[in-house]
Amino acid sequence: MSATAVNVHADDHAHDHGHHHKETFITKYIFSQDHKMISKQYLITGLIMGVIGITMSLLFRMQIAWPGESFGIFEVLLGKWAPDGIMDPNIYLALVTIHGTIMVFFVLTQGLSGTFSNLLIPLQIGARDMASGFMNMLSYWMFFLSSVIMVISLFAEAGPAAAGWTIYPPLSALPQAMGGSGLGMTLWLVSMAIFIASSLLGSLNYVVTVINLRTKGMSMTRLPLTIWAFFVTAIIGIVSFPVLLSAALLLIMDRSFGTSFFLSDIFIQGEVLHYQGGSPVLFEHLFWFLGHPEVYIVLLPALGITSEVIATNSRKPIFGYRAMVASILAIAFLSTIVWGHHMFISGMNPFLGSVFTFTTLLIAIPSAVKAFNYITTLWKGNLQMNPAMLFSIGLVSTFITGGLTGIILGDSALDINVHDTYFVVAHFHLVMGISALYGMFAGIYHWFPKMFGKMMNKNLGYVHFWITAICAYGVFFPMHFVGMAGVPRRYYTNTNFPMFDDLTDIQVVMTVFALIAGAAQLIFAWNFIHSIFYGKKATQNPWKSNTLEWTTPVEHIHGNWPGAIPEVHRWAYDYSKTNENGDYVIPGQDFVPQTVPLQENEEEMNH
Amino acid sequence: MTALLTIIVLILVAIAIWQMTKMFELSQVKADNSQVANDKDNRLNGYLMFAFLIFIYLLTIFSFWKWGNVVLGTPASEHGSDYDNLMFISMALIFFVQIITQALLHYFAFKYHGKKGQKALFYADNDKLEFIWTIIPVITLAGLILYGLYTWTNLMDINDEDDPIVIELYAQQFNWKARYAGQDNVLGEANVRLIEIDKNNVIGIDESDPYGKDDVVSQSELHLPVNRKVIFKMRSQDVLHSAYMPHFRAQMNCVPGMITQFSFTPTVTTQEMRADQGIQDKVKHINELRADRRANGEDAEPWEFDYILLCNKICGSSHYNMQMKIVVEEEDEFNAWMEQQKTFGEEMAAAN
Ligand code: HEM
Ligand SMILES: [Cu+2]
Ligand SMILES: [Cu+2]
Repeated sequence: MSATAVNVHADDHAHDHGHHHKETFITKYIFSQDHKMISKQYLITGLIMGVIGITMSLLFRMQIAWPGESFGIFEVLLGKWAPDGIMDPNIYLALVTIHGTIMVFFVLTQGLSGTFSNLLIPLQIGARDMASGFMNMLSYWMFFLSSVIMVISLFAEAGPAAAGWTIYPPLSALPQAMGGSGLGMTLWLVSMAIFIASSLLGSLNYVVTVINLRTKGMSMTRLPLTIWAFFVTAIIGIVSFPVLLSAALLLIMDRSFGTSFFLSDIFIQGEVLHYQGGSPVLFEHLFWFLGHPEVYIVLLPALGITSEVIATNSRKPIFGYRAMVASILAIAFLSTIVWGHHMFISGMNPFLGSVFTFTTLLIAIPSAVKAFNYITTLWKGNLQMNPAMLFSIGLVSTFITGGLTGIILGDSALDINVHDTYFVVAHFHLVMGISALYGMFAGIYHWFPKMFGKMMNKNLGYVHFWITAICAYGVFFPMHFVGMAGVPRRYYTNTNFPMFDDLTDIQVVMTVFALIAGAAQLIFAWNFIHSIFYGKKATQNPWKSNTLEWTTPVEHIHGNWPGAIPEVHRWAYDYSKTNENGDYVIPGQDFVPQTVPLQENEEEMNH
Repeated sequence: MTALLTIIVLILVAIAIWQMTKMFELSQVKADNSQVANDKDNRLNGYLMFAFLIFIYLLTIFSFWKWGNVVLGTPASEHGSDYDNLMFISMALIFFVQIITQALLHYFAFKYHGKKGQKALFYADNDKLEFIWTIIPVITLAGLILYGLYTWTNLMDINDEDDPIVIELYAQQFNWKARYAGQDNVLGEANVRLIEIDKNNVIGIDESDPYGKDDVVSQSELHLPVNRKVIFKMRSQDVLHSAYMPHFRAQMNCVPGMITQFSFTPTVTTQEMRADQGIQDKVKHINELRADRRANGEDAEPWEFDYILLCNKICGSSHYNMQMKIVVEEEDEFNAWMEQQKTFGEEMAAAN
């Protein structure tokens, strides 16, 4: 089979490593083609973008809680957009827009998936590196470039893009409609186009690597669930990101070359524009054809990480491996046919609404299966409460809380009155934002020893988790009530509606929780940086895990394994497996790494 | 003042964090320093998991107790009670599932926290169990889907039965206008290319279309006769907007280049709604808050309840203040109001 052939080749390859090509600082740390280094580059870039994104959310949350109040910090950070420390409505919208863009794309797509796909795909399938190290490097640097452009766009004279992260035209197409739709939006589009190219290069690489470079014995059904998740995520990305690219290109044409793909019959600032025959609804279709799969692009890697972390730390196999794989595949397929649930009241044909309601509620089923399987995995385990484990349990909790309200939003009839209110904001933050963020934290705490050869401080990890967990609910649970009261999102202030006056105290409560949550991330930042330099040195397999990455040496080497690539003999979840007589398969050890051959009269799991 | 409060809160939090780190550190016997969870960590975090479950429950109860009354109250339209009913059923289901699954999750996390020598159960599969928890959501969701689609289809079936009144909602940055179809109940043709601001043809009605002559444009308030079905035709002249009438459980986007529609029957007049117990409590509470603010020198007039039309699709810098008052009144009051309005034909005659 091809996997074996490739493996032989990979072995040859290994022999001529180590002796020659001296690496310079530049090839090692900057233009590195080594997947482990690239993964660190992704992580650090993603975290820096995360700091920007979260800070923005704190700023606009302060405005919502204390509308029109003057804050010195506004003046410092926003400059001319906060004269006398009072936030301007335009910059409010810009902050919301860039916060959303950064969190979804830069932190939780490339920051999460880029980091862990790069780190784990070669290490867990037993490959020396990605299929194409060069493409991989290119993918990172394009991501870096798009991040830089996005940050530069914040300084556009007339303001950064401010039409919401969904950039619906005509608002995003017409500089007359809002300042941010001038240069700011141009930069946004350029940045996103590069981002998409980066994501495609990365995804193609992941898919090819998983298909071709698995080590001997690593059949698809022996892959850890992390790899299944990254693999399927990459496929969804390949299917849906090009559609966003086409939407962006058509929008660029409308903006700069006078075409009318999305525009028609517009009278603005005392003037009729020439556009005729286009439709903003078409843009919504194109956007959400990516936009919905995007939430799974964000979420699946987090769920994959969680599966791995929960199994390892429960000292139990993940419950229902096949059902987990099946639900990843089902979610992937269904996620491409539910986009219309964002458009029930867009003016789209109501019959389509019915179809999308149907497919949307269908997707609840594999999601429910996943949640039940996680819970069952905990049952009768021997739970090792490492910080990564806490974040994984936290993920299951927020995934359930946020997922359940999806039943309301996915129902076209019920969506009518909560669409675009804070109910939606609460829903997607819990199910996507917070859950994926927890997945990312779980991944960082769990694989930090693999990435940096050091351990993170667990006590700081515990404090970080518990404060974050409480605050996440403190921010987003009460937010449902705000939505049910009918408060629209993307409002600079609610003071023009006396009917919302009784919500002031909820708004303050949410903002205080948000500020505390933000402060708690400083603990993480400190722990992260401090541990890189002064952390305790990691052992080879600190969490007593079965997967292949823990068979590599702590010190990173090019090619991952000093000798031959290990062969795989079993799936990744033989934790606490016992023989007939009740003893562990390997006496005195509650885990059986994938590299251990089946023992005499041991039965392999049926998959 | 608030800045000071924030600083104090932040300082307190910093102290709390410091104390918590201490707590976790103290809980470790002569720190083994491996940075891998030991039995003490497992136990402490296990208990905290249980505490967290209680926290989620308490937060839920507290939120309902404290904020349960801020949500929209009595629906003011015919389909509104159906809507609320469906919402109630879905919510009840959600809470049921939420309470149980969170309990299982956190209880297991507490119950099975790791101990030296404890053996985990090797339990990898159970087809029957998995079948059960696949089929239960399937059945429940099937029920919800059917009910939801039934409601949706009824609502979206916009037809001329029951003699509806036709009204155009016209959106622009950043205000609303309403155009009534007049005696003939047919809206005249209109297009943004026909707008003539100096002639006061602000929404581009075609002067040559006879149907347009008797149309009436209201720029300040939207009046609706009670118990008469309304068909709204939405139009926008610049960017996307969304006509959101939360009290009527009604919303539809306004799309430039396209006419969208929504239809409902208002069933409660503004006067009646002001007498509604829930609304009275709300108004009383809000007016107390406003009185406090007035006492602080802010400009916060006492508030009287009114239905409101909001814009609910981001549309630019003043998106947050794009609103129009809705008045639902008895048929004769409505007719009297209508009498006072100038028709489009009259306006054009005056301008020429
Ligand atoms: C401290 C944490 C966070 C807080 C307090 C926060 C708060 C908010 C709020 C209040 C809004 C709604 C603003 C509005 O519609 O008027 C918002 C928008 C958004 N947030 Fe967050 N958020 C946080 C973290 C995240 C994370 C982790 C994600 C990752 C997915 C995220 C993604 C988004 C997106 C996509 C939007 C929509 C932007 C738009 O409307 O264009 N946020 N955030
Ligand atoms: Cu979606
Ligand atoms: Cu608007």
